[in-house]
Amino acid sequence: MADVSKLSSTTTAPAPLSRWKMRLIRRPEIVLSPILLVTVLGLWEGGVRFFDVPSYMLPRVSTIIYGLYQGFAISIFSRGGYWLNGAVTLAEVLLGFVIGSAIGLVLGIFISQIRLLDATLRPYIVAFQCLPKVAIAPIIVMWFGYDITSKVVMVTMLCFFPLLVNCMVGFRSVDTDRIELLRSLSATPSQIFWKVKFPSALPFIFAGLDIAAVFAIVGAIVGEFVGAQLGLGVQILSMNAQMDTAGSFSVCIVLAVMGLVLNYSIRAVQRRVLFWAPSEAIQQPINV
Amino acid sequence: MSPETATANNHRAANDAAPPFIAIRHVGKTFTTLRGDQINALVDIDCAIGEGNFITIVGPSGCGKSTLLRILAGLIPITTGRVEIGGDAVTGPRRDIGMVFQSSILLPWRTVLDNVMLPAEILGIPKAQARERALSLLSMVRLEGFENKYPQELSGGMQQRASIARALLHDPKILLMDEPFGALDAMTREQMNLELQRIWQKSGKTVVLVTHSISEAVFLGDRVLVMTPRPGRLETVIPVKIARPRGLDGMATPEFGGITHEIRRLLKQEGTIE
Ligand SMILES: Nc1ncnc2c1ncn2[C@@H]1O[C@H](COP(=O)(O)OP(=O)(O)O)[C@@H](O)[C@H]1O
Ligand SMILES: [Mg+2]
Repeated sequence: MADVSKLSSTTTAPAPLSRWKMRLIRRPEIVLSPILLVTVLGLWEGGVRFFDVPSYMLPRVSTIIYGLYQGFAISIFSRGGYWLNGAVTLAEVLLGFVIGSAIGLVLGIFISQIRLLDATLRPYIVAFQCLPKVAIAPIIVMWFGYDITSKVVMVTMLCFFPLLVNCMVGFRSVDTDRIELLRSLSATPSQIFWKVKFPSALPFIFAGLDIAAVFAIVGAIVGEFVGAQLGLGVQILSMNAQMDTAGSFSVCIVLAVMGLVLNYSIRAVQRRVLFWAPSEAIQQPINV
Repeated sequence: MSPETATANNHRAANDAAPPFIAIRHVGKTFTTLRGDQINALVDIDCAIGEGNFITIVGPSGCGKSTLLRILAGLIPITTGRVEIGGDAVTGPRRDIGMVFQSSILLPWRTVLDNVMLPAEILGIPKAQARERALSLLSMVRLEGFENKYPQELSGGMQQRASIARALLHDPKILLMDEPFGALDAMTREQMNLELQRIWQKSGKTVVLVTHSISEAVFLGDRVLVMTPRPGRLETVIPVKIARPRGLDGMATPEFGGITHEIRRLLKQEGTIE
């Protein structure tokens, strides 16, 4: 009886509040995560002030945020601001991502349809996967110069491999029963490809895009570190040279946001296209 | 000729008046593995199946049941012998065959209706016509109301019923079923056996159903082909003269028990079950 009265008293509480409570009980992380962030940042700020850490070693949180504000408060055409440099880096990331993924996808599909080609190339692809591809950034900058091209090539190359490899794995793991079913209906190879193989490989292809998105930003920054005139990577280098550690941190925040937005966009498309697939990620170990 | 094939031939004699609808003549199949070993999956299989018959094939794993079915479907070539359907040699997949596999193989990105309509897309059947037929088949397998669900939202038995509807979409003359109810629990399985008998009686198809359940084979079959492994041979063909429609309580009759006992004895003799 006591339980029943308790239950009814909660249901008669004001509707918006009780809905909030319900959400909180079901998913306490929506409050805990921000609390954790604020706590860590607070400890950081307090610790730096209390122990009087020099700002070139570890800047205060408030200084980093101010640096972020300064970077965006400048004219969008200023070479020292985040707008222009951010746009250059973003262009490198997006161009390289699209080109690299497209080439990786097309080549991956092509190779995996021809068994002999697949078997012949596989050892080299595996070997290339083990090579840390950022190591050849200096060579690429030497070949393609200091402007945006070398960075786009760098990003393209980094995005190419996850797509290639995931395509090859994806097409290889298509359920043979599905192919047999189509064959029993006297389907043509192109019908088998479009109706079964390609959709079956899509979860792997999207997993490849997820990885490529992360690699794209790494590739652009490493390329800019090696040699560039504009870009957020260039800005990190010049801020470091001036011991402006807070500035470097604030650029990292810009890069993190860029990565999050890219990742979120891919996942949004993925949720629509792969509504039918179990959500656990298919991860392939691929070296940056 | 071995005594086993002689028995098989005796039973065929009854059907020999008209040329058989499906003729399996001294069929042998040898697989070569990647290591170069030869596996005799089937040796000298000889039997005839009349149009509209319900044939069941029973035998332990590895006796070549699936291989025989895939040969009938034209999915794999034979090594020796000859297979004819309606007087024509089978050389590849045919339009007049529907297949049901052990797993339902529904494509998870398609709704139940779109899955059932898959054969129409491949065989070029007009969409409107296929849709109408798919809906009536779905109601025949008692899945009306589930057209727009995705396969993942259906139980195992419902998925398998949808795959039966798909196999019937292009109105094939022959339905080949490879352990279609093997993955279902015993209760659902009995229910599905009843449903299949009803669907078969209604549609008049020729059905060849593979199973490793002796009672399922006897319950459904006009004749039961008993196969034994290493190498895969047709041990004997056992006619089941129990009247249709057969009910589940018929499984308790002495007649049913006698036939299942006989098959069990044959398989035990071969040392394939203990
Ligand atoms: N593609 C294949 N390559 C090599 N051996 C095969 C192949 N398919 C089947 N076999 C072999 O043929 C025999 C019969 O297999 P199968 O027809 O699947 O038996 P069942 O369906 O009765 O369990 C088995 O020994 C199996 O290993
Ligand atoms: Mg089998």
